[in-house]
Amino acid sequence: MPRGSGPSRRYFLASASALPILAYAGETAARAISGALPWHPFAGEPPKPVNPAGWYFFTPEEVVTVEAIVDRLIPPDQLSVGGKEAGCVVFIDRQLAGSFGKSSRLYMKPPFAKGLPTQGYQGESTPAGRYRDGLRALNDYARSNQGKNFAQLKGAEQDAILTGLEKGQIDLKLPHGLNSQAFFELVLQNTMEGFFADPLYGGNKGMAGWKLVGFPGARYDYRDHIEKHNVPYPHGPVSIYGGA
Amino acid sequence: MAQLLPHKDVVIMGLGWTGAILAQELTDAGLNVVAIERGPWRDTASDFNIGYMPDELRFAVRKDLFLQPALEAMTMRNDVSQTALPMRDYSSFLPGSGVGGAGVHWNGFNWRFFPNEFETKTHLTKRYGAKKIAELQLEDWGITYDELEQSYDRFEYVCGTSGKAGNLKGQIVEGGNPFEGPRSREYPLPPLKMPYASTMFAQAAKELGFHPFPLPASNMSKPYVNSLGVAMGECTYCGYCERFGCANYSKAAPQTTILPVLMKKSNFEVRTECEVLKVNLRPDGKTAKSVTYIDAAGREFEQPGDIILLCGYGLMNVRMMLLSGIGHPYDPSTGKGQVGRNYCYQTQGSAARLFYEGKHFNPFVASGALSSGLDDFNSDVFDHGPLDFVGGANVSCGTSNGRPIGNRPTPPGTPRWGGAWKKATAETYQNATAVGAQGSSYPVRGNYLDLDPTYKDRHGRPLLRITFDFPDNDLRMSQYLSTQLAKIGKAMNPKQMVVSHAAKGWNSVPYQTTHNTGGATMGAKPDTSAVNKFLQSWDVSNVFVLGASAFQQNEGRNPTGTVGALAYWAAQAIRERYLKRPGALVPA
Repeated sequence: MPRGSGPSRRYFLASASALPILAYAGETAARAISGALPWHPFAGEPPKPVNPAGWYFFTPEEVVTVEAIVDRLIPPDQLSVGGKEAGCVVFIDRQLAGSFGKSSRLYMKPPFAKGLPTQGYQGESTPAGRYRDGLRALNDYARSNQGKNFAQLKGAEQDAILTGLEKGQIDLKLPHGLNSQAFFELVLQNTMEGFFADPLYGGNKGMAGWKLVGFPGARYDYRDHIEKHNVPYPHGPVSIYGGA
Repeated sequence: MAQLLPHKDVVIMGLGWTGAILAQELTDAGLNVVAIERGPWRDTASDFNIGYMPDELRFAVRKDLFLQPALEAMTMRNDVSQTALPMRDYSSFLPGSGVGGAGVHWNGFNWRFFPNEFETKTHLTKRYGAKKIAELQLEDWGITYDELEQSYDRFEYVCGTSGKAGNLKGQIVEGGNPFEGPRSREYPLPPLKMPYASTMFAQAAKELGFHPFPLPASNMSKPYVNSLGVAMGECTYCGYCERFGCANYSKAAPQTTILPVLMKKSNFEVRTECEVLKVNLRPDGKTAKSVTYIDAAGREFEQPGDIILLCGYGLMNVRMMLLSGIGHPYDPSTGKGQVGRNYCYQTQGSAARLFYEGKHFNPFVASGALSSGLDDFNSDVFDHGPLDFVGGANVSCGTSNGRPIGNRPTPPGTPRWGGAWKKATAETYQNATAVGAQGSSYPVRGNYLDLDPTYKDRHGRPLLRITFDFPDNDLRMSQYLSTQLAKIGKAMNPKQMVVSHAAKGWNSVPYQTTHNTGGATMGAKPDTSAVNKFLQSWDVSNVFVLGASAFQQNEGRNPTGTVGALAYWAAQAIRERYLKRPGALVPA
């Protein structure tokens, strides 16, 4: 098959010596490659920017709760917008609706034993499941202790609950053997990812996170600055799709 | 039932660094070579595309280029009293996947081991007595540095390595590493341009009487045409190196150095998304006849070959030997058996984190191996007589990962979220650097690899089980190094300094390093090594096992340079010795 004539990048570029038994079409096909570099134009797989409209995973009630959490983790102030305005909830929603939320790349075979801290997370529940259970339990906790959902509490009250979770002092009594402190860690990790990841994933709106620290993003060439020691970098950030 | 395929001269498992080197050398010798690669085909233009490679979330956090645990996981425990459980996500270390293997995502540190490190047991016994190393299971490698020098040189010149020689044919050269073994010639490229933090470190170290030098980097300081005629570009200090493929053709990888030549040969073929299940032995168990593999559609094939090369990541080579019955499994209760013996890691954790005010370290202006370092406390450069350990660490300071999901330092005591966190993060991003120590990892009887009794992969085969904790010797080394780091850190005049060292209880969760060594070690004696000095199995003479699995211990340095050198060494032995007279190259 001549270079570039195939219908998709998964075609076979097989030499005369390649085995016909391997040459079949399919999305996850094995390939036999010999006699040439199997490169053809436009073969890259660029990431698809998320559409910011609507929710793919969260329910309306969950959205309100997570918006309240990310605005306490990254509060709006004179330094930057807060987590909600930066799109952290959109980011987390899309992550949970995708491969990350489903643990699809992880080893998820049983038996699921209770492990040691050195052995990492051993639960059967995926991040999507952990958010669903955790957010429900968080509101149950807020209602039974303060009579309101988490999002309706004052900032200081919300902080007290988040601090209690972080320090392991509040137990949300999660199902499936889930740990309340680990739930907080998951939300904190994903919020920070959203604030500092490329904006194409739905967070870091206006490159707010990058501007906060002075990270220039996807510039990819600093040859003119490597030897300018202790000199501020003069240019603002760019993202993969050029802007925010 | 596996379908039987036509015979090949050489069958290779895995097309990373060692697979590419062996395939290139053996096709040059006229052999018909096929490589069976579990992961996908990858090339720079399509898969490490400059338009979307600078994506921290996709490549560094979600680990797009790495082996997915769903395909193959490993179990871990600290000692035999614990029950090993699967690492459901790889995080302490990250095995590569696909064409190029770990050669795609490495930083580019391209080191040589010191001459004494191939004969550690003999050397340390002679200098300090046998009692000093009694708690360790050290062995000589059965090879000398002098034998390997030309192979190191070949790998460095294929990779295009930026650095400064410290020892040219025995002559100590100013500006290089004065403690290294003699080199036959200078590095192919001059050192990378050094960033601010590294320059501060080098100056402080020099004033303390130490010997700083630019670390050897297979990131190109200038455009380069390698010894195979493949052109590479100048490093742009983009800051997307470790965990990324290089979009600039500036980091040595099989894609940028060997594959452009190898792939054009008609006597080479790679079959991607095909996973080797087993090496099949002949009835007498002394030679292998074929490998069985499964393709992405689930169909099994049997590929016969005269020579079988295990070129997977070291840990996977060990697993393949255990699954195939090649050699004798190691038993920690008796110390007998060789496959799985002397598994070592790398003793990270010694660090001095430095915080300043009013600086601009520009941590995003970075390259993989962009560092200044020193070996004054590495290996046996310093006298261990009055100390309670052996081994040491390379001490260094550089900028390689300034991306802000992973790199957001704050001074100790800072909250991890909220307004105070944000303020400290904004203030500290430009004001932090660190001096780190990459420490040696020495073998002990209880650290080893075997097959897990419970957990299986997607094909129903047992996972590899890692039983490992940091030996007390290595922890004492790490503690000692942290006091040296504190000295250097203090001389760099930070406003605040935080010093740490490694602790007992290897934790598989925080990333440490992908420098797993041993398990199929090389040596002069078949009772304490799985392969001979030519990386040939003592038990199955047409099987060679490449990679860091051959290391008898790991040193305070990145392993890839020695992995590459051993690959050229083994290829030469196959070409010049084995092909003339197939069979055991060293009598057992």
